[in-house]
This record gives sequence, C-alpha cells and structure tokens, in this order.
Amino acid sequence: MSVELYDFDQAMAEFDPVLGLEVHVELNTVSKMFCSCANVFGGEPNTRTCPVCLGLPGSLPVVNAKAIESAIRIGLALNCEIAPWCRFARKNYFYPDMTKDFQTSQYDEPIAFNGWVEIDVDGEPFRIEIERAHMEEDAGKSVHVGLSGRIGDADYSLLDYNRAGTPLVEIVTKPITGTGAKAPAVAKAYVAFLRDLMLALGVSDVRMEQGSLRCDANVSLMPKGATQFGLRTETKNVNSLRSIEAALHYEIRRQAALLAGGGKVHQETRHWHEEGHTTPGRSKETAEDYRYFPEPDLVPVAPSPEWIAELRETLPELPDRKRKRLKAEWGFADQEFADIVNAGALDLIEATVAAGASPAAGRKWWLTELARRANEAGCELAELAITPAQVAELQALVEAGTLNDKLARQVIDGVLAGEGSPSDVVTGRGLAVVSDDSALAAAVERAIAANPEVAERIRSGKVQAVGALIGAVMQEMRGQADAAKVRELVLATLS
Amino acid sequence: MNELLRATASELAGMIADGEVSSREVTQTHLDQIAAVDGRVNAFLHVAADRALAAADAVDAQRAAGEQLSPLAGVPLAMKDIFCAQGMPTTCGSRILEGWLPPYDATITSRLAQAGVVVLGKTNMDEFAMGSSTENSGFFVTHNPWDNTKIPGGSGGGSAAALASFEAPLALGTDTGGSIRQPAAVTGTVGVKPTYGGTSRYGVVAMASSLDTPGPCARTVLDAALLHQVIGGWDPMDSTSINAPLPDVVGAARSGDIAGMRIGVVTELGGEGYAPGVEQRFAEALEALQRRGAEIVEVSCPSFDYALAAYYLIMPSEVSSNLARFDAMRYGLRVGDDGNTSAEEVMNLTRGAGFGAEAKRRIIIGTYALSAGYYDAYYGSAQKVRTLIKRDFDAAFTTADVLVSPTTPTTAFTIGERVDDPLAMYKADLCTIPSNLAGNCAISVPCGLADGLPVGFQVMAPALADDRLYRVGAALEAELAAGWGGSLLDQLLASPAGAYLEGGLR
Amino acid sequence: MALTPADVARLAELARIRLTEDELSALAPQLDVILDAVAGVAEVASADVPLTSHAVPLTNVFRPDVVGPSLAAEAVLAAAPAAEDGRFRVPRILGEEQ
Ligand SMILES: [Mg+2]
Ligand SMILES: [Zn+2]
Repeated sequence: MSVELYDFDQAMAEFDPVLGLEVHVELNTVSKMFCSCANVFGGEPNTRTCPVCLGLPGSLPVVNAKAIESAIRIGLALNCEIAPWCRFARKNYFYPDMTKDFQTSQYDEPIAFNGWVEIDVDGEPFRIEIERAHMEEDAGKSVHVGLSGRIGDADYSLLDYNRAGTPLVEIVTKPITGTGAKAPAVAKAYVAFLRDLMLALGVSDVRMEQGSLRCDANVSLMPKGATQFGLRTETKNVNSLRSIEAALHYEIRRQAALLAGGGKVHQETRHWHEEGHTTPGRSKETAEDYRYFPEPDLVPVAPSPEWIAELRETLPELPDRKRKRLKAEWGFADQEFADIVNAGALDLIEATVAAGASPAAGRKWWLTELARRANEAGCELAELAITPAQVAELQALVEAGTLNDKLARQVIDGVLAGEGSPSDVVTGRGLAVVSDDSALAAAVERAIAANPEVAERIRSGKVQAVGALIGAVMQEMRGQADAAKVRELVLATLS
Repeated sequence: MNELLRATASELAGMIADGEVSSREVTQTHLDQIAAVDGRVNAFLHVAADRALAAADAVDAQRAAGEQLSPLAGVPLAMKDIFCAQGMPTTCGSRILEGWLPPYDATITSRLAQAGVVVLGKTNMDEFAMGSSTENSGFFVTHNPWDNTKIPGGSGGGSAAALASFEAPLALGTDTGGSIRQPAAVTGTVGVKPTYGGTSRYGVVAMASSLDTPGPCARTVLDAALLHQVIGGWDPMDSTSINAPLPDVVGAARSGDIAGMRIGVVTELGGEGYAPGVEQRFAEALEALQRRGAEIVEVSCPSFDYALAAYYLIMPSEVSSNLARFDAMRYGLRVGDDGNTSAEEVMNLTRGAGFGAEAKRRIIIGTYALSAGYYDAYYGSAQKVRTLIKRDFDAAFTTADVLVSPTTPTTAFTIGERVDDPLAMYKADLCTIPSNLAGNCAISVPCGLADGLPVGFQVMAPALADDRLYRVGAALEAELAAGWGGSLLDQLLASPAGAYLEGGLR
Repeated sequence: MALTPADVARLAELARIRLTEDELSALAPQLDVILDAVAGVAEVASADVPLTSHAVPLTNVFRPDVVGPSLAAEAVLAAAPAAEDGRFRVPRILGEEQ
C-alpha cells in the first residue's frame, strides 16, 4: 500500500504544525528505581532481577533517594516548579513486559511542572514550554521470535526483565506552536538540548542508541491561521536525533496529503522505520483506560524547600547559559558558533581551550579533520578515541614547529589507532619535522643541483618558482620538514 | 488431652527453654494432632513436617549448645498461606498460584526463623484473603472446630481453626477488613490487627495494600503479644512501615491493669442487625471490665455507617490492581497456550479459569470504581469517607482510651448460607472495617458463647497504642476465665462437640 | 444505573478475565446490588473533605542508591510456565508496548 505524501514546502504553505514531545530519560543511578538490583545496560538476561522488579507476589517497592534527587534537579534545570507534595500513581494496563501489570508512575501530581527552556535553531531562539517532568519505571525487554522478528507476526516472545524497574524521568512539553517549517528542526534541537542538559547534570548516560533517551513525537496540522488543533499522531520510540527530524518531516507530509485530499488524520500511535516512513499502531479511539490511582505501597514525596535549595546549588552551568558565555568569550561569528553547536563540539572545544589551545585552533581541529573522521566512522565527535587534551597537545606541537599540518594528520591517525598521546605517536612513528639544518641544507643543495634551470630562474628574480624546489626537498624529506623553513633556506642559498 | 497441645505458647517456650521437653517433641505432637483432626477441620493447605522438625532440631541444638533462646523459640506456628516462605508452596488459597514456590522469604517469615519459631505449614484462606468464611478458598472449605457445619470465619479461617482445634498454639493472619479478628471471634481465639505499618507487609501477598495488616493469632492474649513482639517493628523493605519502637505489648499483656481506663462503647456498632446473644455477652464483658476498674463511656462515630461502603470501594479497587500480575507470563497457572493463542488471550483464559467467583466480583467492581468517569463518585468519595472515619476515631479517642464493640454482629453462620448473597457476607466485617480504614489497631478476645458458639469482644486503640489492646484484652480474659473457671476453649474440649479434638492423643 | 451483562463484559475485558455467558448474567445483578449499596459514600463526601489514600501519614521514605544482591537466574526462571535462552517464553503478543 503506497502512502501519499505532500510536498513539504507546499504543506508548510497550507498548514501550521503543532508539536508535542515526550522524552523518556533513563537515570544513571547505580541501583534501580524501587529495588537494589544494579542499573546497568544489557547483560545476561534476567540476572539483574529480584522479587521487587519481577513484581513477585508480596514484594514491595522502596524509592531510590538518588532518583528523586535526579528528578528534582532535572525539574530545576527545566525551570519547573517542584511539587511540595506529590505521590506516585499506578498506571494499570496489561502487558507482558510489565511485571506487575501496572506501571508505577506519576499522574496528576508530577514532581516537577510548568517549566520552559529556550533552544536555538540556526540562530533563531524558540521557547519550549514544559508541561511536566515525572518519575516512573521502565519495563522489561522482549525479543519477538518468528520469521520477521517483528512483534506483529512473531510466533512467540522472550522476556528479559533486567531493564524492568530502571528509573525514568518523562519530560512532556506543552503544545509547541509557531515553528512553521522549522518544526522538525525544532524537535531535533529540543531533544539535542535535553541530551546536553542531562549530560551536564550527570543524571543520565543519554545513549539514544541504547534507549536511555527515547522520544515520542506528537504532531498535528491545522490550516494556516486556524486556532483549533488538528487530530494528532504520536510516533513512538524515535531513537536518534536524525530520526526525529525525519519522522516529523514524514508525518507532516503524510498528514498534509490526507488533509489536502479532504481526508482526516486518525488519532493513533505510529512507528518509525529507519528506512524512512511511519506505520500505524494502536488507535487512540480504543485507548486503554489506565485507571490511575495513588500508589498505596509508596508514601508521598514531600521535598522541603531546604532540600530543593540544596539541590539547586548542585546544578552545573546549564548548556544554554554556557553557550551564551562561550560565544562571547570566543568571539566567533554567529554562523561559526552555530556550526560548533550543531556539530556537538562545544564541550570538546571548551575542554581543548582549557587545555591550552586557542578557540580558533580548537574549532579548526574539531570541525575539519576530526569531524571528517567522525563522519567516516559514523560516530559522534565525542566518541572519537581522542581527548580534547590530546588535541591541545597536537596544536602545541604544530605551533612549536615540530609538526606541520600534514604530519599532524598522521599523528591523529596514530592517536585514533591507540598509539598513545600525540608526542607518543611522534616518537613512535618518527614523524617530527626535520629541523636538523645540515640535513636540510644538504637536501636543498641536492635539489638545486638537480634543477639548475629552476635555480637560475629564482636567481634572476622569479621567486615564485621556489615552490618546485620546496616540493623536491619535501619529497626527499618524506614530508618531515617545515615548508617555511625550506623556503627560507632555498632563497638564502640562491641569493 | 495431651498437655503439650493444651499448653499456651508461653508455657511451651518456658518448658523448651528449661529442657523439660524438646522442640522436636512439641512439634511432632502438633503434627500428630494435625494428622488426627485436620481431616475434619481442613485448616491446612500444606503441612511442612520435615521442615518443621528440622527447625525444631535446630532450636534443640541451640539449647544444647547453651545458647540463649528467644522467647518463642521452638514453639510451632501455623502460617496463613499468604506469607512467602522460600521454597514452601504459597497459594493464597488460589488455583492461579497452585504449585508456586516463592524464591524469597517475607520479612515476617525471616523474623520467625530468627526467633526459632517452628512453621508447621500453611493454612487455608479465602482466595487472596477475599472473604469472611474461608468458603472462597480455591481448594476446600475449612470447618469451625466448635461446629463443623459452621464457617470458621475468614479470610484467615484456616489459622483460627488450627488454633481452636489445638493443631498449633500460634498462627499468623492478615487483616484487611477483619480477616484476623472475625475468625478469632467465631472460633473463640484471640486475634490482633496491629497498627497499619506496625508489621511488615514485605513478602505478604497483597490484597488491598493500604489496608492489609499482618498480625498475630493465638489462644491467649499473652501468646498474641509474644508473637506480636517477634514479628512487629520497622522494616526498611516496606515503605509504609513505621520507623518507631513497638510499644511494650508483652508487658501490657502481663499486666492487664485497666484501673481508671476510659472505655468507649461505639453507639453505631450495635443495635439492629446484632444477634441478641452477641449483645448480651458484650454487655457482660463491659461489666467485667468495670469490675476491673475501667470506666465505661458512650461515644458516637457517625461516619462508621459509611465504613462498609467505603471499604467495598477502596478494597476492590486496590485488589483489581494488585491481582493484575497473575497473568500467566512469569509464574503460576497458564491456560490456553497452544502455540497459536496470543498472550492477551492466554491472560484472559488463565484469569477466567484461575480466579474464583469472589475474586472476579471484586476485580470487576474495582475496575469499575477506578475507571474513567466513575473514579470521583466511587473511589474519590470512598477516600473522603476514609478521612471522616479517621476524624471520628480522633474525636472518640479524646474521650476514651480505647473503643469497644462486638467483633462481629453474629456468631458463625452455617457453611453455604451466604455464598450467593455477597452483601450479607460482607456485613460480617461491619465492626472490624473502621480500624482498617483508619489504620489504627484492634484486637478480638473471646467473651463467651451464644447458642453454643463463640462471641468476640473487639477493643480498638489509636495507631501505635497497640499496648492498650493487650492491657484491656488481658484484663477481660482474666476476669472472664475467673468466672468460667477456665478458658472458653476449655468449654469446647469439655463438650461432646469437642470430643473429636482428643484425636489419637489421649 | 443498572449494569448490563455487556457492561460487565467490557469491564472483564479491561480486567483481562474471560467470563462465560452464565457468569456474565449472574454477575450483572450481583454487581448492581453491591454498587447500589456502596454508592452511598457520595452522600457524605462533600467537596471540603480531603482524600485519604494512606492511613498513616508518612512522607519521604527512601532507600540509599546502593546495589544489593539479585536473584540467581535459575531461581528467577524456576517458576516460569515456559523459558528459553534464560528468558521467559510467552505467547505471541498482539498489542504494543506503551
Ligand atoms: Mg510514561
Ligand atoms: Zn530488583
């Protein structure tokens, strides 16, 4: 069945999108939310479970204090109010990955609510209103066994409850309007913002590929100028920044085609497929009745103003403020700075500068040579096996004349290959620029002797011909010479 | 009857500690009594003879090694089949859990083991503690030792019947709406619902989490206090457990001093619907307490009239959620898994087949009360009534130190009489429910017979004032025994109806 | 508000309990009687009365973020109606994760 898609620009000319984003953040506490099983990704199935996270008859939850602290710190960082008194609630629904067949969550009394964040999309600021940030627990994981490995046509499923009971904070936005065609980019920037924020807070590993940050993206369209929101779809578990943008782009085109064709959007959940489309899931018209009620097994959480103030003290400089500060300190142009942010290189360059390099040098290495390596490896800059301190060391070697740019690239190869620090690689590969004047001088003499007519032209004042002799010398020195120095020597010899 | 069977837990512990008898002999004697009479009483779902004897031997070895024994060391106990004990079948009286062996111990189970209490086995109960007669067990009906055609009360009918038939001197129960006190009342035994949060719920299979209270069952007030002392107190594994020292319940039970105590009779827990014989015994008990120096006052708790209704909304709501986990995926019964049937359908089929009628009724009522559009009118209103009942208690406890009432409006009814009339069944818990809703503590003590069947006297005290229950209970027990020339159960043993309890052990 | 057998069937579906026709027709009137009897709570539940969800008013009961022992995988799977590769084996799932 082929799905009709509208042209995106055309869609944006006719409709206004309304976004709603629900982001689940797995907290990096050492133990689980309600029991003392280790909170670690993966591992042998069902080896990190106990009566509590298995929901065995008789077991009872006890709240992890660190999870509460993390939730409050997240709330504060999102400019939320912190509830002076709130409860957990049971969200009742049957599903094999939920060991109790209810999720311990929060309902009408979230720990944090009414916040906002300001994000930046290509230099344009957007204010995102936060409805709530609440605490809950993650479910177990199922593997669907069958021909396709997909849930719909599996023969049976296998369940591993290691993840069951992992602490989660769910962050829900209010409807986001006024983004126009930037809606997909806004969503992506918002999730990237949250990812950076969680990293800065140190509350989560935010590894999207491991599911420690997951996004459900709601979108609806309304005719330009209308105020009544349209029916929305919720695309579940979009698990990379790129997919968030792509999934929303797709949904907007799909919904626009439906609406423009006189049809209507089904209020439903949809699944994103990495090949680039969404498919329908559960229809919201038959949505479950979750029968929320206050969790009787857990007592209310009532953080005192003093405790909240103490936690506020622990907040690091938050990414948006840091961004403003660094932009002013470094003095880059808007676009140059935006490139740094978009490349996810801000913290890396900051650390490189802290290790002694200039901002310009930090930007040069991370956004050119290292960005190319990350792209080739299909990973994030931060995942490259080189530290900011090593980049600063590399730059210092260049500035000291020990390395030229070409050699520096070889040194990067060495560092990435695990050969140690830049100086280790220089020593190990014998890569340093040859600064032994007699060896260089001999090479220059040989070059002049081998190219008498070029030498003659230089002697007669055609200084631009010097490039040919420099090339010859560099070739002989296998690149390990400072080109500027070679030029100096050639000219001095021929003058 | 064998004196080891008639002895109180306190006496047995003393004899074991003094080396007059071994725990093995005490344990074996009770196992023999179970073998002799349980065919008629049906109190036990599972008898763990080997385990019990091994535990008894361990106590005997401790004693032989000269180790200090804890106050109930070596004494046998019958455990309601709702407490998890690692590797011991735990069914909660339900087919859906048949064959399940918990991989862990309840906190109370561990504390019993620590104290050297010997667990004889698991006792029958209404399925997941839902009932007032033990007729809702998925396995069989337990009979009242006083009259085998009568119910032993519920949901802890098995534990109460085990005590009254001298199969065990101690037992454990859970009280959500009266499941310890009502069986105690109708079997002539003692049952205590401690302050909510005063005994750990960890490892006790949940029926209604905000109401469930594990507690001691015994034949004497002192024995109940000794058991309370072993099982009670803060447990970090239960978030609702109270981190405060347990009041001196044993000291209170030994003292029984109620001189100058103000005892409040609750107007709303009497009158219409209460059997004349029950009211008569209750009045006599009040006189007995007066003779001991207590002052009787009248108190009114008008919201108690709504307690039953509020209870039958809050309890099933929590039940509907707590019993969701019995879904055939991880443990317990699985029905209809033919390789093609979906997980959803297997859940439907298993729960349809595995739960009994009362469990289904309550799950569906709870599902209804919590569902969108009905929550405020039902669950929300019930929680407001809960506030009103707490306020009534608070007010009453300013004029009285304890409140009293009959434990149940009638004596044990006949097996089968109320099975098709759920509402009539629910009324058995009329007097016990308010304390569960408010979270305070209460005890039922035998106060005589009406038409040959036991009547219970209920004492209610504020939260964390559990010692007052034992003080009043001990006073009443002593005063009545003085009049009767023995305990109420002595009257059963002396009557032809109790002849079978002599078993094979004369 | 008489509950019909169809209402009961809808609730039973929500509660994942398959009821027979006989059970449905027996339950509907019973539930009606019970619900009538409990509906009285609304009479005294005036707007100014706060709700009580927990009998004992405790707050802030937490455990330290410390790892303790987990169960052995064999103990975890011992009661499983079916298991495979260290996992619980369950029939095919029709619904979706939420
Ligand atoms: Mg959620
Ligand atoms: Zn666990």
